Amino acid sequence: MSLLQLKKMVKRFGGLVAVNNLDLDIPEHVIYSVIGPNGAGKTTVFNCITGFYKPEGGDILLNGDSLVGLSPDRIARKGITRTYQNIRLFSNMTTLENILVGLHPHLTTNVFGAIFRPPGVRQEEAQAIAEARRLLQFVGLAGQGDLLARNLPYGMQRRLEIGRALANRPRLLLLDEPTAGMNPRETEDMTRFIRRLRDELGITILLIEHQMRVVMGISEKVSVLDYGEKIAEGTPTEIQNDPQVIEAYLGRGSSAAEVSTFTRTAA
Amino acid sequence: MSTSRATRKSTMPQWLKVALQIGLVGGVVVVIIALEGMIQAFNTRDIIGSVVAMSQALLLIVFLGTAYIAIIRSKLTDFRRLLVVAVVVGLVSSALLVALILLGQVLDLGNVFINATPALYDLLTFKLGLAAGSIVLLVVGGVSGAAAAIIHALPTRWRRSVIWGLVAVFAFGLLRDLIVTTFGGLTFLTGLLFLPNGLSVPGAITLFVIFVALDYFWSQRGAQIRSGIGARKPVRSSLLIGGIIVLLLLPQILGLYFSEVLDNVGLYLLMGLGLNIVVGFAGLLDLGYVAFFAIGAYTVGVLTSPDFGHASILTSWWFALPFGVIAAFLAGTILGIPVLKMRGDYLAIVTLGFGEIIRLLALSDFLKPFIGGAQGVNDILKPTIGPIQISNPPEFYYLILAGCLLVAFVAIRVKDSRLGRAWMAMREDEDVAQAMGINLVTTKLMAFALGASFGGLSGAIFGSKLTSIYPQSFNFFVSINVLSLIIIGGMGSIPGVVVGAIALVGLPEMLREFSDYRYLFYGLALVVMMLTRPEGLVPAATVKRELHEEEPQPETLGEAATAMPK
Repeated sequence: MSLLQLKKMVKRFGGLVAVNNLDLDIPEHVIYSVIGPNGAGKTTVFNCITGFYKPEGGDILLNGDSLVGLSPDRIARKGITRTYQNIRLFSNMTTLENILVGLHPHLTTNVFGAIFRPPGVRQEEAQAIAEARRLLQFVGLAGQGDLLARNLPYGMQRRLEIGRALANRPRLLLLDEPTAGMNPRETEDMTRFIRRLRDELGITILLIEHQMRVVMGISEKVSVLDYGEKIAEGTPTEIQNDPQVIEAYLGRGSSAAEVSTFTRTAA
Repeated sequence: MSTSRATRKSTMPQWLKVALQIGLVGGVVVVIIALEGMIQAFNTRDIIGSVVAMSQALLLIVFLGTAYIAIIRSKLTDFRRLLVVAVVVGLVSSALLVALILLGQVLDLGNVFINATPALYDLLTFKLGLAAGSIVLLVVGGVSGAAAAIIHALPTRWRRSVIWGLVAVFAFGLLRDLIVTTFGGLTFLTGLLFLPNGLSVPGAITLFVIFVALDYFWSQRGAQIRSGIGARKPVRSSLLIGGIIVLLLLPQILGLYFSEVLDNVGLYLLMGLGLNIVVGFAGLLDLGYVAFFAIGAYTVGVLTSPDFGHASILTSWWFALPFGVIAAFLAGTILGIPVLKMRGDYLAIVTLGFGEIIRLLALSDFLKPFIGGAQGVNDILKPTIGPIQISNPPEFYYLILAGCLLVAFVAIRVKDSRLGRAWMAMREDEDVAQAMGINLVTTKLMAFALGASFGGLSGAIFGSKLTSIYPQSFNFFVSINVLSLIIIGGMGSIPGVVVGAIALVGLPEMLREFSDYRYLFYGLALVVMMLTRPEGLVPAATVKRELHEEEPQPETLGEAATAMPK
């Protein structure tokens, strides 16, 4: 059954149609990728799903309930969390604090609890810290809870951002170019890590990617956006050989050599 | 053409150029000090009795400071050349002052600068007459420069100690009255160190030697002692108990006037801790914070003053207090609602307007029947504890101290909680905080409301302390003072707020004759702080790291970015 459905979703900025009549159907427990050239509207789709943009038309359904018009924090509480293409950590907070902020919706302490700290609050706080440490370990940052997020190496910042998203306990995790700026080795590590998220934690993943190689390796299903429209949908192999996709990526009239290079890197 | 100019310039050595430039800067500074009237105003207080007046000390500080900056800027290592640089700086600075004096003889500068009077020139020439005085002034400049060079040439450890010694002599001279009052019982000691006006010469020398020795000792053994204190719990807790005892005894030791100063520091500290929640924790720049101070004061005032028809509803200040705090809390919430969507500059402007609106409402004839208009609120009740009425400054000190401890406790507890983390996340990146499931509406409103209620508490005490309040007491400068003290202390840092309140509220109160220059010093302090120590005097741990730690290079970013398909 499908977890998230986009139905004829339209997003315009003034006269520019960023996303046009987009239909997506994301089943539970899959890794679903959205690819497309720069400016195709991929990140706009993320912003619509997470509530930062309000689509002009169509609907977004999570388990059949519409998300349109809900504020981003309400949508986060319903189980959709995202990461960002340009990493956006709370850079002057420690790694542990970053994760604890991710746990925020699942904690209940209010201002009076914070001041008087009754046993229930102390217990909740201790449990939260324990869970945050477990998550740090899961993302490979064990024992580094006191480091400032900004002082982590690049690859670790990516992982911390995912860790923070996991603390939100999402059912659907949106990853915006998680391998951007990574070398091939790091990319491979990240790909393996994403697969673990699905296999071990059972989280459905919607992935925006630029690098064909990553997408083809891990996703069950791929949609291709170009100029805000879905031009293809299918399994990685189907997408790879779709002439329309090749045209969108390489331009019309590309030479046979270029095309074969494309399909080869994609594989 | 540009090349020829460059070659011509290069005939003058770089170090000489630096010396001349910085000398000119120093000269301009001392001329401004003279024309601003600070020389006359500060001449009334002596640092070392009858030898060095505060005004002369100020000039010396500028000479020494500029020479020292030039020494560092010139990047020379050869001592003789450094000496030349420093002396040139001192000479150029003092020469500008001499030029001012000479110009004053020819032109009547008093038309433009009201402080440029013969009295000023007399003071600047040490009352020695024009020629001799000018020469002495130049010599003082040159010698100050040389002194700076010598201090710089000392081994690092001694240099620090000597600078501390000089600072100590200056501070003891400046704060003579406070120190004599505090240790009034020890007349043999204060008699040795002090004259009726400032330090005695032997006193100054003794102090200098003691502080150099102390600092030297500390630099040798300090780390050891500190780790000893940190490690042993009994030592730490006895220090804490000692601190509390000193806090409790302070008004008894210091007497009426300094208790009054402490009361003001405490009232500003309360406001500082409140604004620190809004600005420091949650990152919401509020320029109208005085509004909440006013609302607290007016609520308690109106409820307990017999001026109004509905008087004596509340027969005790204590019953009115919660209303004052709650009113401020609600006002914080009400201000928060319209500014929820605003950020940065826009938020600052709206809050600024809010502060002024509250003041104008208090002043308005429209609300006069209810809150007194320009006549203000009079005969506000004073707090009582059992049969005792809290009325004089030392008694209020205890009330304010209790308030400060309570508020600091709340601030510390909240900072380190789910709510405090949400505030910090919001300060770091509002969008991401929201995407993590933080409800921005309640989180922001809680920051505004909690911060406002601290201000309301401060206002409630303020009103009853003065028994009368007027709209003028709640002007924009109160907001600016509170903001300045948390910036100088260190944003988001609770000890920083304490230090900031003492530095910006306590010190100027002790140096009453400088009150005309209070805002000049505020401005100067803010500029200097922003340039040299933007994180504040006692920074919050994380902010300190943010501003001074090297950013790690994302090593793989460069190569991978180029490898990405386009």
